[in-house]
Amino acid sequence: MYEGVVQSLIDELGLLPGVGPKSAQRIAFHILSADPADVRRLAQVLTEIKDKVHFCRICGNVAAEEECRICRDARRDPQVICVVEESKDVVAIEKTREFRGRYHVLGGAISPIEGVGPDDLRIKELMKRLADGEVTEVILATDPNLEGEATATYLARLLKPMGLKVTRLASGLPVGGDLEYADEVTLGRAFEGRRLLDV
Amino acid sequence: MSLYRDEGVVLRTQKLGEADRIITILTRRTGRVRAVAKGVRRTKSKFGGRLEPFSHVDVQFHTGRTLDVVTQVEVLHPYGARLAQDYPRYTTGIAMLETAEKLTVGEKEPSLRQFLLLVGGLRTLVENTHEARLILDAYFLRSLAVAGYAPSLDKCARCGSEHIRGFAIVAGGAVCGACRPAGAATPSAESLALMRSLLRGDWAAADVSQSRHRGECSGLVAAYLQWHLEHGIRSLRHVERESDAPSSVPASFGGNPATHPA
Repeated sequence: MYEGVVQSLIDELGLLPGVGPKSAQRIAFHILSADPADVRRLAQVLTEIKDKVHFCRICGNVAAEEECRICRDARRDPQVICVVEESKDVVAIEKTREFRGRYHVLGGAISPIEGVGPDDLRIKELMKRLADGEVTEVILATDPNLEGEATATYLARLLKPMGLKVTRLASGLPVGGDLEYADEVTLGRAFEGRRLLDV
Repeated sequence: MSLYRDEGVVLRTQKLGEADRIITILTRRTGRVRAVAKGVRRTKSKFGGRLEPFSHVDVQFHTGRTLDVVTQVEVLHPYGARLAQDYPRYTTGIAMLETAEKLTVGEKEPSLRQFLLLVGGLRTLVENTHEARLILDAYFLRSLAVAGYAPSLDKCARCGSEHIRGFAIVAGGAVCGACRPAGAATPSAESLALMRSLLRGDWAAADVSQSRHRGECSGLVAAYLQWHLEHGIRSLRHVERESDAPSSVPASFGGNPATHPA
């Protein structure tokens, strides 16, 4: 046990995800020996993140203003919406530079065992966005795990009667892997989603 | 014993650290095991989609100090892939997994009958031969029976009289007029008959039951289960009946409710 504020800092850092007691102690002593200007900058950013960062009122992505950068960008295609679970997924898809439409962040996936049902996600907000008829395609990009698949199934059943084109991201073999190590479910999906080679 | 191999059904997964998961699995010989699957969340993980809930797998563990570690997995039946395509059956299956976890109290205490019951229940659910809610109620009643909590349905749970006048959860099932405590339910004879059919596995009788008796039976079975478990089944409130497919307008917009509380 350390004295006063040093122990308090170790305790607070220990609450962060993936940070155990030893790591907390190492980070605390790194902060103690760091340049005071660097520490002040870190403290300022930590305060600002709670004060200045909002969730976009349209798509639910993290934003510095009321609307996020993507929703404000007039060059993005307003007819296509890509539905994702978390803001982190928006960043992952943006890195591909393949998608020029807009996003909708659900805030998680349906997980009955954790008590998360459809009403706990931003599904109502998605339905409101679709009500004006401008959107023609909804891409369901929830995680390719059981909860993500079930969420996509639930949304597809809700959206299809509205006459929208509803698509799901393909799943299959990871680029750079060996076929023999692919699991049965993934390999089965790769077969289902095989495409014609246009050569 | 540093390495051991077993067959099991994945009940639940929880994120651990950067890329790992804790997998709760009900095995044939070892009972309920909690084990770490290292790196399973990475897209190039050797486990791939094999350790998702509902997966019936052949698995090898390495005994660890606190938690065991999953070293190899082969899929026997990927029930999850089929169930995720059918939302009502998915929510029903999740309620079965949660119940199996709650009914196997101790870790590594073999419970072969609970394992066989769960595998049978999931197979029936995937085969789509009966209404999902009937399968769920049959699973609840039989898993309670295996755990020693079978409700008395033919005779009064207290005195053994055959003149049934109600159903009291605290008494342990059906009760006669003399033993009937205050607040006991008065289900119809058909609903009690449905419960008997589900407990015995008489599907021919259960499949021709009426919707209102199924509803009454479901309510009583869910209340009976949760009272004996001394825990609520969280997923139960999200179980969707097949007849409740939502309209394109969600419940909060004035449409049909998508989920029904038990």
